[in-house]
Amino acid sequence: MKVIIVGLGKIGTTILASLVKEKHDVLAIDNDPEVIYSITNNYDVMAICGNGTSYEQLLDGGADKCDLFIAVTNSDELNMLACFAAKRMGAKNTVARIRGSEYNDESLAFMKNNLDISLVINPEKLTAETLYNLLKIPSAINVERFTSRSFEMLELMVKEKSVIDGKSLIDLRKKISEKFLVCIVERGEEVFIPYGQSVLSAGDKIYVIVTQSGAHNLLKSLGLLQKECKDVIIVGASKTAHYLSDMLVKGRSSVKVIDKAADKCDAFIDGTDNKVTVVHGDAMSQELLIEEGIEQTDALVALTGQDEENILMSIYSVSKKVPKVIAKVNRNELTDIAENLGLDCIISPKNIVSDIIVRYARALSDTIGSKVKTLYSLADGAVEALEFDVTADFDYTGVMLKYLELKKDVLIAGIIRAGKAILPGGDDCIQAGDGVIVIAKGEKIYSLSDIIK
Amino acid sequence: MNFRVIFSTIGRVILIEAVLLLLPLIAAVCYRESCAFSFLITIGIALAFGGLLTLVFKPKNYLIFSKEGFVTVTLTWVFVSLIGCLPFILSGEIPHFIDAFFETVSGFTTTGATILTGDKIEALSHGVLLWRSFTHWIGGMGVLVFVMAVTSKNPDRSIHILRAEMPGPSVDKIVPRAKDTAKILYLIYIGITVILMVFLLFGGMNFFESLVYSFGTAGTGGFATKGDSIAGYNAYIQWTLAVGMFVFGINFNLYYLILVGKIRSVFKSTELKVYFLIVFLAVAGITINTFSSVSLLSDTIRAAAFQVTSIMSTTGFTTVNILDMPMLSKAILFMLMFIGGCAGSTAGGFKLSRVIILAKSVKSELKRSLHPRTANKVKFDGKSVEDATVKSVMNYLFIYILSLAIIFVLLSFEQTSFETNVSAVVSTFNNVGPAFGSAASDYVCYGYFSKFILSMSMLFGRLEIYPVILTLAPSTWLKK
Repeated sequence: MKVIIVGLGKIGTTILASLVKEKHDVLAIDNDPEVIYSITNNYDVMAICGNGTSYEQLLDGGADKCDLFIAVTNSDELNMLACFAAKRMGAKNTVARIRGSEYNDESLAFMKNNLDISLVINPEKLTAETLYNLLKIPSAINVERFTSRSFEMLELMVKEKSVIDGKSLIDLRKKISEKFLVCIVERGEEVFIPYGQSVLSAGDKIYVIVTQSGAHNLLKSLGLLQKECKDVIIVGASKTAHYLSDMLVKGRSSVKVIDKAADKCDAFIDGTDNKVTVVHGDAMSQELLIEEGIEQTDALVALTGQDEENILMSIYSVSKKVPKVIAKVNRNELTDIAENLGLDCIISPKNIVSDIIVRYARALSDTIGSKVKTLYSLADGAVEALEFDVTADFDYTGVMLKYLELKKDVLIAGIIRAGKAILPGGDDCIQAGDGVIVIAKGEKIYSLSDIIK
Repeated sequence: MNFRVIFSTIGRVILIEAVLLLLPLIAAVCYRESCAFSFLITIGIALAFGGLLTLVFKPKNYLIFSKEGFVTVTLTWVFVSLIGCLPFILSGEIPHFIDAFFETVSGFTTTGATILTGDKIEALSHGVLLWRSFTHWIGGMGVLVFVMAVTSKNPDRSIHILRAEMPGPSVDKIVPRAKDTAKILYLIYIGITVILMVFLLFGGMNFFESLVYSFGTAGTGGFATKGDSIAGYNAYIQWTLAVGMFVFGINFNLYYLILVGKIRSVFKSTELKVYFLIVFLAVAGITINTFSSVSLLSDTIRAAAFQVTSIMSTTGFTTVNILDMPMLSKAILFMLMFIGGCAGSTAGGFKLSRVIILAKSVKSELKRSLHPRTANKVKFDGKSVEDATVKSVMNYLFIYILSLAIIFVLLSFEQTSFETNVSAVVSTFNNVGPAFGSAASDYVCYGYFSKFILSMSMLFGRLEIYPVILTLAPSTWLKK
C-alpha cells in the first residue's frame, strides 16, 4: 500500500517505523532538512523536504495515487488542510491529527465530514482513555478493550507467593470458577503462548482475556483485586491531564494536578471546572509531594514532558507505597531502563497512536471474509491481539474450532456473538457476523483466513 | 562494526558472482573451448567461499550505519575482483596474478584499460572475452545494487550501501524502498542493453560480438574484441555505439521519469542540458580541428562524435588513433576525461553534476565579491543546494586532486614519459581506459608495481574515493 506521512515528529516517526515494518511503501514529507536526513538514513523510505500542503509537493510525492495519507504535523490546521488537499487530489483515505480543545466534538465532526477526513486521531485523548482504563482496574499493568467492549485483555504481573505463582493453567482453571484465558506469557526476553500444562512463575507478565463482566470476579479470585483509584494525583498540566481529569471527575474521583509552570496551571484552570485541585509547584520536590498527600493517594500519574522526571517521580512514589503509579515515557530506550528500575506500568502515547494507524492500515488492505477492527501490539511488538469482524464469505464458518488447523503460535481467544462474549472451547464455531479475537505471535495477520494453516 | 552483516553480504555477492559466471561458461562450452574448465573451477571456488561466508557470518541483527556501508562496498569490490580474475589465470590466457587482477578491476570498474596488446586480445578465447566484457556490465550499475535487487534479506538501512556504491554527489531513491529502487534501475539497465544489442545485430554484428559490445557500452567500459577497437566496423555500428555510449552517460533516474510519464521534468534537468551542450561543443570543436580537404566531412564528424561520446561517458572505445589527432583535439578529449558522465549513470569521472555545482558556487562567490551584501544560494534544477552538499563537493574536489597527485607520484618509478603517466593516472582514475603516449591502446609498458597502483586508481575512482579511504583508515576498525 502506498502511504504518505506529513510531519515527522515523535508520533510521525513512530508511525513511519511501524508502517515500514508492515511493508508499506512509505513516503515522508517534512520541512526540516535535518529530520529528512536522519529519516532517509534510518528507514527504507523516501523522504521529501517541503511543505505538506503545497499542491506541487503533494503531486510530486504522488498524493493523487496514495492509499493512505497521514498528516501529523504540530499544527491541527495544517493537518486538516493537507488532508483536504490530498483527498481532493485523489488520495483514498486520509488521517489527521487534531488535538486542539477548540475542536470539540461538534466542530470536529463538522470539519471531519466537510473535509472528508477518514480518521481523526487525538493522541492526548487516546492516551487519557488508556490511563483512565488503567485507573479503573489498577491491579492490571495494562488494560486493552476491544471495540465490542465485551472482552477485556488484562496485562498482569505474577507476584511472588500470589495465588497464581507456581500454578499450571489447568490447576488455575479448576480453582477459579470465572472463565478466562491466559493468552500470552512474557518471561524475561522470552514470549510464548501457553498451553494447559504451562506453569506460571513469579516475575512473569501475563495477558489474560476475560469477559468484561467477569473481570472483577477474576481479579478477586486471583487475589489481585485493588480498589478503583478514587484519589489521583496527576503531575504535569498537559492536554492529556486535562482529558484525564475530566473523565475522572465524571467518574466521581478526586483529582489533584501539579505543575511547576504558573501559566500552564492557569490555562488548565481556564479549561476545566472547579472540581480539580490545581497545585503550582515542582513535583520533583519530595516535600511537596508529601505535603500534597502522596502517602494517602490511590494513584500517581506522571505526565510531564520530561521522560526522566516522570521516571524519577514514579520511582519515588513506588517507594512511598502509592498503590498505582503510571509513568509516561516516550523514548523506547528509556522504557526498558524504567522497567528494570521497577516501574511496571509505563505508557507511551506515540505507541498508542501508531497501533491505531497500523490497525487502520491493515483494515484497509483488501481482505476477503473479515476485517480488522482492533489491533494491539503487545510485549514490545512480539505479539499482536486482533479483533476481526467475520463476514459471510469467510470459508470456515460453522466449523468447530477443534477441526480448524491453526498456524503455530496463533490462538482464537474470544468470540463475540450478538453482543455476548464467548470464551471459545473446541466445540464452538465461528459464524458470519461474529467478532473474533485472535492472538498471534511473530506472524502478521491481515485477515482471519491467515490464521488457518 | 557489524561484521556479520558485512561478511554475509560479501558472501551473498560472491554466490551471485558464481551464478553470473555461468554466462561465460555457457559461451565457452558452445565454442568448445578449454577455458570452460577454468570457469567451472572458479564457480566451484566462489560457491564454496561465498557459502562459507554466509554460513559462518549469520547476522544477529541488521543494524548498519554508513561506516558499514563503506566497508561492505570496498571489501565486496576487492573480493569480487579477486574471484573474477581466477578464470584469466586458470585458463593460462593471462598467467600473471597482477596482470589478471588489473584486467578484472579494469573490467568491474568499467575502465577498459587492458594489459594485453592488440594481437593477444584477438587470440583470447570467446569465454574469456565474454567474461571480460561481462564484468563491465556487472560493475556498471554496481554489484551490491544488483544483490539488493534480487535478494529478499536487506538491512533496514541498506541506503548506506546504495549510497556508497552508486556514483554521484547525492543518491536519491526513485521509489520508497531501496530494493524496489535497485530493481527498477536494473530493469532500465537491462532494457536499454537489450535495445542496443538488437541495433547492433541489425548492423551485421554476430551474436557474440553484439553481446560483448553492448555489455561494454552499457557499463561504459570499453573492452573490445579487436586490437584496433571499433575502427574496423562500419559507419552504422560506429554511430549506434556512439549513441549508445551517450545514452548510458545520462542519469538513469531520468529514464524512470520518462517511463512514468513525467517527461517535462526530464527537460528541466540542468545536468542533461549541460551534458548535451558539452558533447555538442566538443564534437564541433574536434570536427573543425581535424577536418582537412582530403577527408569526407561525414567521416570527420563521425570520428569526432564517437571519440567525444566515448571519452565523455568514460567508455574508451576508439575508432581512430588518438595519438594522430592534433593537439587541440587531444586537449579537448583530455578535459572530457575529468568531467565524465552524469551522476546516477554507469559513467565514471568527476561527474557533471559536481562540476555544475562547483561552477555555480564559484559564480555566487564572485557575485558576493562584487556585491558583498547579496544573499544567494547555489541552485540546481530550481532547488537550493544545501550548503553541506556544496561543501562536500568541494572537499571531494580536493581529495580527488590529492588522490590523482599521489598516484601520479607513485607511478614515477617507471621509464615512461611524463605525458604517458599523467594521462594514465587521469584515465584510470576516471575509469576511461585509453590514455596518451605509450599507454594509448594498452598498459603493457608498465611494470607490476605500477599496474597494481593503477588498479587501485581505478577502484578509488569507481567507488569515489571515500569508501576506500574509510576502509583503510585504522579508526574505522579500532573500537575507540
